[in-house]
Amino acid sequence: MLLADPAAPAFSWNLLADFQQMWSYPFMVNAFRAGTVVAVVAGVVGWFTVLRRQTFAGHTLSVVAFPGAALATLLGLSVPLGYLGACLAGALVIAALRERGCSGGAEESAATGTVQASALACGFLFVTLYKGLLGGPQALLFGTFLGITTDQVVLLAVAGGLVLAVLALVGRPLLFASLDPDVAAARGVPVRLLGTAFLLLLGAATAEAGQITGSLLVFALLVVPAATARQLTARPAPGLALAVLLGLAACWLGLLTAYYQPYPLGFCVTTFAFTGYLLAHLARALRGRSGRTPRPTGGPA
Amino acid sequence: MTTTLHQPFFQHALTAGTAIALASGLIGYFLVLRAQTFTGDTLSHVAFTGAMAALAGGYDLRLGLYAATIGAAVLLGLLGRRGRPDDVVIGTLFSWILGLGTFFLTLYTTHRSTTRGNAGTSVLFGSLYGLDGVRTATAVLIALALTAATLLIARPLLFTSLDEAVATARGVPARALGVGFLVLAGACAAEATQAVGSLLLLGLLAAPAGAAVRLTDRPYRALALSAVLAVLQMWGGLTLSAAVPPLPPSFAVMAVAAACYAAAALVRPAPVRRTGP
Repeated sequence: MLLADPAAPAFSWNLLADFQQMWSYPFMVNAFRAGTVVAVVAGVVGWFTVLRRQTFAGHTLSVVAFPGAALATLLGLSVPLGYLGACLAGALVIAALRERGCSGGAEESAATGTVQASALACGFLFVTLYKGLLGGPQALLFGTFLGITTDQVVLLAVAGGLVLAVLALVGRPLLFASLDPDVAAARGVPVRLLGTAFLLLLGAATAEAGQITGSLLVFALLVVPAATARQLTARPAPGLALAVLLGLAACWLGLLTAYYQPYPLGFCVTTFAFTGYLLAHLARALRGRSGRTPRPTGGPA
Repeated sequence: MTTTLHQPFFQHALTAGTAIALASGLIGYFLVLRAQTFTGDTLSHVAFTGAMAALAGGYDLRLGLYAATIGAAVLLGLLGRRGRPDDVVIGTLFSWILGLGTFFLTLYTTHRSTTRGNAGTSVLFGSLYGLDGVRTATAVLIALALTAATLLIARPLLFTSLDEAVATARGVPARALGVGFLVLAGACAAEATQAVGSLLLLGLLAAPAGAAVRLTDRPYRALALSAVLAVLQMWGGLTLSAAVPPLPPSFAVMAVAAACYAAAALVRPAPVRRTGP
């Protein structure tokens, strides 16, 4: 029971011709540009997220993006600005909750869960009030590649460049603080400040990724490529490069598939990202069996 | 507003909502205590995919809901170390499952029917006012069964949640309990999805329990408080949505829940941390 639209362009396996045909539409060019920016930023930030075990925070931020975008639509503002504003505000809230000493364990996850559910509820309210949103809340929740304008791509690129620049500046101390917060604090690294700064970066990256995959599927570009990369290597530099490459691959393949199929972009991107993750697991299992010592899983607890 | 309160749809929503809130409050407390809120989140996403798959295949929505959430609960319980799976594994799996849900959603809305184009929205955000008499009765029965089952295993579950090593040494089957509890949580997620929707269900699970944990340190008192708060939030939310018609009921319930949690956090700000993580 697969869908087939006779009016849809057909994939010819001649990649050059396919891309030429696809890129004759400005919106597809913009979609690919935006996807590339997002995949790079999300891959790098995601690697740190997985290392710092803040995937739940990443998920919450992505969920906060939904009411932001819905409110921006309701008020007639720029949607990317709505994403960014909501995510940065959400990051500050999470950081503030953390500052108040309820980090770790049950308390924090209950707080995050509550923030998340009420954010979604607000988004639902805004969408209900707006009524005219094409396809209901689903475009915001599950992603679309239609209607990305050149202005939005520029905004994405500027915000992404800023995130990467800040991350390049704080990268080394952040890595230190993530791997061993106690020793880093003893050595004079401002661990807490770095934590807040990283949450802000995570917010910005999430806002970017949310515009491609939709706010519910941000994980596909943020966490899955990074988790896959960490399956394959534990070293920072190759890991970061691998995460970016995997994110790019998932995003481009997803866009390509979504162009030729009626299925939503979010589904395509998550499927490719998840396939990569499974393959990485398989490769690791095979490597472990062939006699090499398996690498330790995960980062610091 | 008084006319709304006497409408059958409101009475159904109130009855089913109360039972569902009771079960969610109890199960949510254990989820929070065991720091498994993220698992609850996963279950809610799985519920969406299950419901959509059932609709796309032409089956009853609830069949898909229960099959998906209970299946996912067993999988998560077995996957993780001692019934507590890793965050990254969960996240990766659920993002793909959610993606699969959008796939089924597309299949359903373009293929099966054009009139039910908002099915996705109603599964995501709930349709508490759409329950009829039979579905209300089923919902109440299932929620009461879940409540009874949770209370039955409450004591050993509390023991393993608080101190797993000692509990295992004393002969409590920690792993079986962990999986069993996840199955209960899965069934609860499926049940609550019909009321507040798969996306907002986390609030019903986490907010009352989080507030209860804030307000008291004693386990049984917190457990009872969590259930009471959940029920009160459901009533408050439904009343609010009856008083202010543009507010969808699931939003109103969530708003009251978030307000309760914020109030609890203000009343008793930061608990003293005994051990750093």
